Amino acid sequence: MATPIISASPHLHSSRTSKKLMYDVLIALIPAFLVSLYVFGIGALLVTAVAVASCILFEFLIQKYLLKTELTITDGSALLTGVLLAFNLPSNLPIWMIIVGSLVAIGIAKSSFGGLGFNIFNPALVGRVFLLISFPVQMTSWPNAIENQGKLVDAVTGATPLGIVKEGLQFGETMTSLASQIPSNMDMLLGITGGSLGEMSALALLLGGVYLLIRKVISWHIPVTMLGTMAVITGIFWLVNPEHYASPLFHLLAGGAILGAFYMATDLVTSPMTRKGMIIFAIGIGLITVVIRQFGAYPEGVSFAILIMNAFVPLINTYFKPRRFGSKIKIKS
Amino acid sequence: MSDSILYSVLLLMALGAIAAIVLYVVSKKFYVYEDPLIEQVDALLPAANCAGCGSPGCRAFAEKLVTQDDISNLFCPVGGNEVMKSIATLLGKEVAEKEPTVAVLLCNGSCSVRPKTTQFEGPDSCAISEMVFSGETDCQYGCLGKGDCVAACDFDAMYMDSETGLPVIITDNCTSCGACIAACPKDLIEFRPRNKRDLKIYVACKNQERGGVAKKACAAACIGCSLCVQECPHDAISLENFLAYIDADACTLCRKCVDVCPTNAIIETNFPPRKKKKSKEKKEIKTIQTIDINNNNA
Amino acid sequence: MLRTFSKGGIHPAENKLTSTKEIKRLETPKVVHVPISQHIGIPSEIIVEKKEKVAIGQVIARSAGFVSANIHSPVAGVVTKLDKIFDSRGYQIQCIVIKTDAKDPVNFEDIVYPLKKEIILSPQEILKHITDSGIVGLGGATFPTHVKLNINEDKKLDHLIINGVECEPYLTADHRLMLERADEILIGIKILLHALHIEKAIIGIENNKKNAIALFKNLTKNEEGISVVALAVKYPQGGEKQLVKAILNREVPKNGLPIDVGVIVHNVGTIYAIYQAVQHNKPLIERVVTVTGKKLKNPSNFWVKIGTPVKDLLEAVGGVPEDTRKILNGGPMMGKAIKKLKTPVTKGTSGIVLLSDDEAHRGESTNCIRCGECVYVCPMGLEPHLLMNLTEKHMWEKTYAEDIMTCIECGSCSYVCPSHRPLLDYIRFGKKLTNECKQN
Repeated sequence: MATPIISASPHLHSSRTSKKLMYDVLIALIPAFLVSLYVFGIGALLVTAVAVASCILFEFLIQKYLLKTELTITDGSALLTGVLLAFNLPSNLPIWMIIVGSLVAIGIAKSSFGGLGFNIFNPALVGRVFLLISFPVQMTSWPNAIENQGKLVDAVTGATPLGIVKEGLQFGETMTSLASQIPSNMDMLLGITGGSLGEMSALALLLGGVYLLIRKVISWHIPVTMLGTMAVITGIFWLVNPEHYASPLFHLLAGGAILGAFYMATDLVTSPMTRKGMIIFAIGIGLITVVIRQFGAYPEGVSFAILIMNAFVPLINTYFKPRRFGSKIKIKS
Repeated sequence: MSDSILYSVLLLMALGAIAAIVLYVVSKKFYVYEDPLIEQVDALLPAANCAGCGSPGCRAFAEKLVTQDDISNLFCPVGGNEVMKSIATLLGKEVAEKEPTVAVLLCNGSCSVRPKTTQFEGPDSCAISEMVFSGETDCQYGCLGKGDCVAACDFDAMYMDSETGLPVIITDNCTSCGACIAACPKDLIEFRPRNKRDLKIYVACKNQERGGVAKKACAAACIGCSLCVQECPHDAISLENFLAYIDADACTLCRKCVDVCPTNAIIETNFPPRKKKKSKEKKEIKTIQTIDINNNNA
Repeated sequence: MLRTFSKGGIHPAENKLTSTKEIKRLETPKVVHVPISQHIGIPSEIIVEKKEKVAIGQVIARSAGFVSANIHSPVAGVVTKLDKIFDSRGYQIQCIVIKTDAKDPVNFEDIVYPLKKEIILSPQEILKHITDSGIVGLGGATFPTHVKLNINEDKKLDHLIINGVECEPYLTADHRLMLERADEILIGIKILLHALHIEKAIIGIENNKKNAIALFKNLTKNEEGISVVALAVKYPQGGEKQLVKAILNREVPKNGLPIDVGVIVHNVGTIYAIYQAVQHNKPLIERVVTVTGKKLKNPSNFWVKIGTPVKDLLEAVGGVPEDTRKILNGGPMMGKAIKKLKTPVTKGTSGIVLLSDDEAHRGESTNCIRCGECVYVCPMGLEPHLLMNLTEKHMWEKTYAEDIMTCIECGSCSYVCPSHRPLLDYIRFGKKLTNECKQN
């Protein structure tokens, strides 16, 4: 018998590891990636490859030369940040912008807080929002679906369904008159529409989401509550005036609602710890998203909403603690 | 046009005036008197904030020194007699004088003499591993080697020797603040007087088992043979629970005990090398970590 | 829907390799080392001398305080010395060394007492028998049973719960005991009901022991007041507070005991020991120990005399496999890793589990990814990640405010942590220091 090992109990461990969780999320993103590859062609692959490569490279450089800590680039977190960042970018974004976005995501949003587990804001979203504010034109000119397959330059660009609705309503049009311009619900479900790489097909994203739920990487609390909140609020507006407000189904299928609900808001590091907190967090996201979409300057508000609620997570963790066993003495039956 | 300039200027002036009044009132109302002596005493202290004096920091210690009438029980181990003397002249109070001390490690169970029989997996913390088991070797009294003392030292006076697996005290940097003593769960560190040229003789072992058990666990353990007790001409060595202890006050540093110890559990530091014959039996003493004062580059 | 406790919990692989193995009697060793501290509380006081002849079951160390217990000689023989022996943590502890009299047949017989059904003793006499017999909680906590039964007058008791949960993976000692000594356990329950003046007893058994549930359901068919509850398999259901919650849906108040909600919980092993002590006047000198491990040739359940070295148990199952790296005293979730094989079996040893090289190592600890899994599985509603963090920063006021003292050390948090963080290691340390801080 070799030297006995002594350690404190427990002596067993579940097979879950942080690495496996990261790779599970990546697996869940495969269907959505395949759809965007089909819709946008080689551009999707290029954007994703550049984002992933630059994220890992920046993580490596920062850990090795700036922080001089142990290298953790194999834990999958930088890889995941890269993929998620790419999913939030249009497929025809100039490469240097992607690299700038990666630097902001890894350098500012993640490493400057202390690396994996210490960041307050979702790195991929910080990268996206930075790019959106800095380069609004490039970030909101989406190549039109299908017809641009295989084209890298001079692609025909157009607005997203949310953009069409927002602009149309501002110029006094009604939902009925806009109906011909926006894609059908079926098209949005399958992903035949304009938008960022990963937010194309609601169906593919839901498929991955179900995989995450089955693998227990995420719990249902955040996605269901967030989408439910959105549906309820947009539903009320729609019922009041269907000519001036889009239907709840449109809101759920369009833009980054599903991508945000299943992959961005559920980010383990930047979401609350308790189930109670998760519900509060998700209600906040749903609410802010709808407010931005209906009343804000931007057509889409999921990323802003998630970042705003990320800031509240420490507060939520402090005030929504799990109920301590035995803290409420019950009356004897 | 000129109106708007005028109004802005007036508004700013008014705001400034109000802020000034508020600041004045608050500073008068909440003024706290502080003895200016505290500031002066604080300036004399080493500002290490090590809590070696028992107060949470140098400032708190300065307050104590100024407010207490009798400060003979207060002592700053980092500043030592020099600092205490200057404080005494400043305050016009009596202070105690203490012999300068240094921390020593009472374990010599390096990896070569004390084999590891188990392997610990868990946090790198002596305090936590001590709760789990008695240590990776068979000696339940000896150093755990996880370096809680090194982490506790604020003065860079300690480091872990990877070869022996034991912490080493750099006597030049040691201020005897006591942080390592508080950190060690096995109580293996104690203060010994620095003496002249840092000459020290002490029993580097805490094993209280019978000789056989102790020796089996560690070749450098004190086996309680009492040879040193018999040898000592000054009655400085006492034996309790199979463990010898040298009373630093009674010890005259004659080195006789070092020669008779069969396990080399008694350590001498900074003595000049011995003349002739004895060198051969003292081979093992080289494993002991004595830090040369003039040449410590650790 | 089977009953279980509502908050937290995990379900590790059960690995009950020995659930079909009948309890065999382990050969009495030539020499036994009986430690004087086998229970929670004050170590017992030695009352024998070197070279003294002792009979089997004779008191050799007396209870030395209120929370303490008698210790009896497990064999007939001669006290050779009062020595020290390694406990499982590797510390030298005081023990009594007794050389077994090889000629005395009493040492080697398997005495089977006839079932004695009538309870003739009064409650006071029953308690006295339990006190004298040195019975402690055999589920692993080793809290002296007579102290637990010494109930303050103003506490109202209405239920006795029998803990047959055995939620630890690998262990089957209680399971086998329930199958093989069901009649005796039933009488033991009646004895306790009589002694405590209560009417109702509930036996809680996890659903992975279906044969034990069926057996007891059958036995208690015509017994008034005694019932069996099948529980969903979930760790740590064997914890008193979780068990009371699971069976009666009563929540024991924070820092309280089951008695505060009118319940007293005893392990089946303890009940069997009580039966023997009360009906046959037999003190606690042996217990069931499961010796198991995936790589073992012949994992088994044994009747083992207290004081038998662990080495003997391992030899009886065909020796230690080559790649064994960890030997546990107790189950894999709460047991302690054994440092020395000379360590004797004590009253609290419910199992010896061997883990091979591929199971024995801990994963490398990485950054907390704040997944909240530890919070989700904590059966006490604590936040282990936070407690570890506060402990690292030595913030004892805050750890106390965050209820670190209510942690039951079940290890569910460390079990699930995907970053392999040593949560429980730190929380245990935090508990110790918080307690010291509070007392000063």
